[in-house]
Amino acid sequence: MEILLAILVGILYTAGVYMILRRSIVKFIIGIIFLSNATNLLVFLASGIVSGKPVFVGNEPANASQMADPLPQALVLTAIVIGFGIVVFTLALKYKFFELTGTDDLDQLKKTDN
Amino acid sequence: MTITALPILIPFVLIIVLIISRSLVFSKITSIVGSLGLLILSMIIFYKIDKLGFLVLNMAGWKSPYGITLVIDFMSSLMLIVSSIIVFAIAIYAYRSLNEEKQVTKFYVFFFSLIMGVNGAFITGDVFNLYVWFEVMLISSFVLITFGKSKEQLEGGIKYLALNLLGSLFFLAGLGLLYGKTGTLNMAHLANILRNDHQAILMNTSAILFFIAFGIKAAVFPLFFWLPASYHTANITISSLFAGLLTKVGVYAFIRFFTLFFVHDQTFWHQFLLIIAGFTMIIGGMSASVHYDTRKILSYHIISQIGYMIMGLGIYTPLAIAGAIFFIIHNMIAKTNTFIVAGLIYKLKGSFYLKDVGGIIKQNPMLAILFVIPAFALAGVPPISGFFAKFILIKASIDDSHFVIAIIAVLTALLTLYSMIKIWNEAFLKKQPDNEFLDRNTSLSFLDMLPSIILGTISILMGIFAFKVFDFTMQAADQLIEGTSYINNVLNR
Repeated sequence: MEILLAILVGILYTAGVYMILRRSIVKFIIGIIFLSNATNLLVFLASGIVSGKPVFVGNEPANASQMADPLPQALVLTAIVIGFGIVVFTLALKYKFFELTGTDDLDQLKKTDN
Repeated sequence: MTITALPILIPFVLIIVLIISRSLVFSKITSIVGSLGLLILSMIIFYKIDKLGFLVLNMAGWKSPYGITLVIDFMSSLMLIVSSIIVFAIAIYAYRSLNEEKQVTKFYVFFFSLIMGVNGAFITGDVFNLYVWFEVMLISSFVLITFGKSKEQLEGGIKYLALNLLGSLFFLAGLGLLYGKTGTLNMAHLANILRNDHQAILMNTSAILFFIAFGIKAAVFPLFFWLPASYHTANITISSLFAGLLTKVGVYAFIRFFTLFFVHDQTFWHQFLLIIAGFTMIIGGMSASVHYDTRKILSYHIISQIGYMIMGLGIYTPLAIAGAIFFIIHNMIAKTNTFIVAGLIYKLKGSFYLKDVGGIIKQNPMLAILFVIPAFALAGVPPISGFFAKFILIKASIDDSHFVIAIIAVLTALLTLYSMIKIWNEAFLKKQPDNEFLDRNTSLSFLDMLPSIILGTISILMGIFAFKVFDFTMQAADQLIEGTSYINNVLNR
């Protein structure tokens, strides 16, 4: 299971990097979504995956070495919420920018660079 | 110690008050009073730290490696004081400068949420909590940088947002891997594990991810491109706030991580940091010298001065770390001040472009004095603060026989002086050129100049009482490098 998820993380990172290198701003945002999901999965994977042994469930004290580690799950939950908020803000910014300029092309964004 | 959480709670209460408020004057007064309160609070905290050494608060009573811990040590308390001075100055500045924009009341909400993020980043003792405060800071800065919703600001905002988002993702990936390897994210616990670990070299994968994350926030050499593309587009009040606070939080995180627990593999990391620092200084200084927009020149100078701070970290002797902290304090104050003066020039002349302005020395000699103080401070002319900051760093580098970086530091100081003289010659000395930007016949009131006067006075006082400030930074550096007292205080042993 870990191997499969690790491969999935790799694929998501590849797709994300490919997407953020496109010229369209919308594709860039999709790339950010891929990358942030890949990172969330990476954090989730970091402490290993245990199936069917939730922590803090049931009355008898479970063996700590066999339980799933709850901390990465809490971290990922927080990170998902933050990532969601940021993507929404990015979309709103993109919408406002498109309203003003009518362009979706990152190559047009050269005015503030020099 | 509940006082430990107050630097986060006060801005939070202010945010709630300001969301409800509809009146502009009420918001402005509240923000000035609130930031004054923050300043007093940070001084009380500093007084306590001076006596006790550490303030530790375990949130919700969870013992230290398990719950979130707030830790204030010498360095955090110094950072808190300087950031609240800047917040206070900007709150006064905003009182006069923010009138034309729509929705100014909303500005104050995000202003204080930015402060909440910055203060949280300074006092947290937990890596994931640091990530959360970085995000609080980032989201508020996204809103602030696109505040006027003009075309340019949205474009600058998109660039700022794109690169900083990538930085956050690197940060998250780094902390995930770090947790996988050590099983903890509490900084003191991490230090306890990694300082005595013979396999700590395996931490390099995490450390480099953190390097990229903080490098993007702090705008070091290969990762700084978002800064000059976006800082000059925002409203000048917001630019001066960002110039003082944001990149320095990245540098703070650098110093915290690379003195507390990433202390393995020193030959590689210190060499690497010194190379990065050298390039950051030179490239920032040289790029600044080709520009003619005041805000662009000053933005590139932010980058070149980040190099000095990283240089102190790269040399890694107590003297060098003290120099880096001294430099951060001096730079936060002087940099904010130069941006504020640039805003005053704009108010007087209606342009940031140096070719369009001139003759200010006759029109408003007071403004000329206000410009000279931070400009000389940045360039390192004695007896203002910057001279001592650079002196300590260069002395530390020569003591430790890093001659190349010492030469680069001196040359960059000359480049800074060159750019400052350029602004001086163009904006103050030369005659007003004939163009459509002719005098707006506005004059500056005392209240306009008050924030600049406050910050300038502090710069000068820092120069005169440099030995006193140096004592404090030296204590902070000793605490950082020694490390065991941090670990023992947080883990309660």
